[in-house]
Amino acid sequence: MSAVMKAPDVRDAYLASLAPDVHSLAGPGPEWLNALRAEAAACVNSQPYPTTQDEEWRFTDFGLLRKTAFASAADISLEVSLADIEPFVLPESEKSRLVFVNGIYAPHLSACAGLPQGVVISNLAAGLPLHDAVIRTHLAQQVDFHNEAFAALNTSHIRDGALVLITKDTACPAPIHLLFIATGADMPQANYPRCLIIADAGSTCALIEDYVCLNQGVYFTSAVSEITLGENAAVEHTRLQRESLSAFHMAYGAVALARGSNYTAHNIAFGARISRHDLRIKQNGEAAQCTLNGLALISGRQIADTHTVMDHTKPNGQSTQLHKCIADGGAHAVFNGKIFVRKDAQHTNAAQQSRNLLLSNKARIDTKPQLEIFADDVKCAHGATVSQLETEEMFYLNSRGLDALTARNLLIYGFAEEIVDRIPVTSLIKQLSKTLSEQILEHT
Amino acid sequence: MISSNSKVILEVRNLSASVAGIEILKGINLTVRSGEVHAIMGPNGSGKSTFSKVLAGHPGYTVTGGEVLFEGQNLLELPPEERARNGVFLAFQYPIEIPGVSNSAFLRLTYNTQQAHRGGEELDPLEFNDFIQEKCKIVEMDPSFLDRSVNEGFSGGEKKRNEILQMAVLDPRLAILDETDSGLDIDALRIVASGVNKLMTPDNAVIMVTHYQRLLNYITPDFVHVMRRGRIIKTGGKELALELETRGYDWLDDEHQKAASV
Ligand SMILES: Nc1ncnc2c1ncn2[C@@H]1O[C@H](COP(=O)(O)OP(=O)(O)OP(=O)(O)O)[C@@H](O)[C@H]1O
Ligand SMILES: [Mg+2]
Repeated sequence: MSAVMKAPDVRDAYLASLAPDVHSLAGPGPEWLNALRAEAAACVNSQPYPTTQDEEWRFTDFGLLRKTAFASAADISLEVSLADIEPFVLPESEKSRLVFVNGIYAPHLSACAGLPQGVVISNLAAGLPLHDAVIRTHLAQQVDFHNEAFAALNTSHIRDGALVLITKDTACPAPIHLLFIATGADMPQANYPRCLIIADAGSTCALIEDYVCLNQGVYFTSAVSEITLGENAAVEHTRLQRESLSAFHMAYGAVALARGSNYTAHNIAFGARISRHDLRIKQNGEAAQCTLNGLALISGRQIADTHTVMDHTKPNGQSTQLHKCIADGGAHAVFNGKIFVRKDAQHTNAAQQSRNLLLSNKARIDTKPQLEIFADDVKCAHGATVSQLETEEMFYLNSRGLDALTARNLLIYGFAEEIVDRIPVTSLIKQLSKTLSEQILEHT
Repeated sequence: MISSNSKVILEVRNLSASVAGIEILKGINLTVRSGEVHAIMGPNGSGKSTFSKVLAGHPGYTVTGGEVLFEGQNLLELPPEERARNGVFLAFQYPIEIPGVSNSAFLRLTYNTQQAHRGGEELDPLEFNDFIQEKCKIVEMDPSFLDRSVNEGFSGGEKKRNEILQMAVLDPRLAILDETDSGLDIDALRIVASGVNKLMTPDNAVIMVTHYQRLLNYITPDFVHVMRRGRIIKTGGKELALELETRGYDWLDDEHQKAASV
C-alpha cells in the first residue's frame, strides 16, 4: 500500500525527467490520439512506479536507472547514414525495412518499395490519415497501461512508431525489419519506440523487431509492441535486444491470438545494462498456437529480466516455450514465465522449459515457472534447470583435442545457438552467430 | 599384422583406478604394438569403459597405481586434450550430444586443432568440405549429417557411425572403440567395421571393447583379452572369442582363481 501513497514529487530522477510535459501533450495526429496520450500521461503521473519491493519487479534492481535523468531525443536522424546502419541491414528485408533513429522515423534509411497489395508497412504518423479507424481500434488496446507503468510512459509519449498491416489472406513475401537505432549520444536520452502489428485473418508474415545502437552510450528505451493475429493468421516474430551495454531497456509486448492463429516468437537479449521485457500473450480464440523461444546472454554487471504470460482462455490451444539464460561475470538473469489455463480452456497443451547456464560464481539466475490451471482436462508441463557446464560434455570435447577454454566456449555457443538457429532469417542467424562467438570469446 | 619389430604404442603396467572412492581397475597389464588389433571382452560392469576412459583422461577417475606409457611417454600426466592431440582417440560407448554446434564445424575445429598441434596444414571451410566428403565415404555416412548438430537426435547407430567418422578425421595412433558395434544394425556393423579396417595402417593400433564375436568376424583381432572385476584375467587369440561365445565367462573365473592360488 505504501507504494500507492507515494507522492509524485518524491519520484526518482529518471521519472521526474521522463514524465510527459502536460502542456505539450497535444502532438501531431487526430484528436483521439491526443486524448490517449493525455490518459496515459495521467497514469504516468498518478501511478506508483515499480520498485524491487514489488513482487513482479523483485529482481529488476534499477538502482542505476533511478539516479539518471534523461532528455527527450532530438531528431538527428539525418545525421545517420546508410553506411552507419550497414552492419544491421538484412538482405532478406532489403525492401521491407523501417528504420527509426532514437525512436524517430528515418525515411532515408527505410525501404518499403514494391510490396504487394495488402501489405502496409509504414510509420504510424504517415499511416494515420489512411488507416485511422483500424489504428484507433487497436492502438493501446492490448497493453494495460493503467496498470503497467512503463507501458503508460511509452503511450504518453507516442509521436510515431512502426505500423504493419497485413490484410486478409495476404502472405507478406519478405521478413519485415523494424530497426530501432539508438545513437547513444553524450547526454542520456529517452526513446519511445512503438510497434503496431495487425495480421488479418489468414495472413502470414515474419517480423524482426531489432534494437541496436551505434555508440555505447547511456540512454533509455521504453518500447511497446502490440500484435494482433486474426483467425488462422501466422506471425513469426524475432525480437532482438542488442542495445548499448550502458542502456536501459524497458519493453512491453502484448499479443492477441484469434481462433486457429499461430504466433512464434524468438526473443533474444544480449545488450543493455538493465533490461526488462514483459510479454503477454492471450489466446482469445480456440485452437490457437504459440511457440516462444527466448535467449538472454549477459555478462559483466548486466541485468536481463524476462517476464512472460501465456494466457489460455479457449479450448484446444497449444503453447511451447523454451527460455534460456546464460549469465557470466556478475550478471543477473531473471526469467518468470506464467501460464494460465482458464476454466474454458479445456484440452490445452502447454509446455514450458527454462534452461539456464551459470558461468561464474558471481553471476546469478533466478527462474520461476508458474502454472495456474483452472481447467481440468489439460496437458501442462514445465521444468527449470540451472547448471554449470557438464563434465561429460567437457570431457567429450577434450577427448577430441579441444582445450578446456575452447571446449567451454563451444558448449556455451551451442547452448545459445540452439535458440538463434530457430530464427527464420538466414543472414540474421549469421550475424548473431558471429556476435555470439565474439561475445563468448570476449568474456573468457 | 603383427611383426616382431613393430613399435610399442601403448604399455599399461599394473594400472589401478577408482571412481567415487571405489576401486574399479585393479592392476591392468597390456601391451599394444603398432599394427595390432586388441579386443577386450568381459561381463557388464567389469571395468572396460572405465579402462577406456582412464586411458583417454576422464577427470572423474583417479589413478591409484601403475603407469601407462604412450609411445614411450607418460600418458597419465597429460590432460585429455593433449592425449588426443598426441594420437589417442576414444569412440564413446555413449556419445554426447552437443546441440547448437554443427557436426561439420565441430569436425573442422577438432581437425584443425590437431593439425596445428602436429604442424600440419589447417583447412578452411571449403577445403574441409572436400576433405570431409571423402571421409564420409569411409563410413558411408550421408553428408546431411554434417549439417546437423553433433549427435543431436542421432539414432544410437548413427551416433556410433559418427564416432568412427571422427576417428577417420583425426587419424589417431591409438583408437579405443568402446562398444562401437552395439546399436549398429547388421549392415551398419559391416560398413563401420570395414571403415575401421580401412583406417588401420601398420603404424596405428586399435583396442576394441565388445560383447560380441560378430564384430570380430569383420575386424580380426590379434589378441582377445577378457576383463573381469577390474583385471585382465585371460588373453588369447581370436579363437578365445568363439569359446567365450559358447561358454560364457564363468569358467574363466575358476581357471583364473586356480591359477592365482598356485
Ligand atoms: N561414476 C561412478 N560411480 C560409481 N560407480 C561407477 C562409476 N563409474 C563406473 N562405476 C562402476 O564401475 C564398474 C565398471 O563400470 P564400467 O562402465 O567400466 O563397466 P563396463 O565393463 O564398461 O560395463 P558394460 O559392459 O556394461 O559397458 C561398474 O560396476 C560401475 O557401476
Ligand atoms: Mg562399458
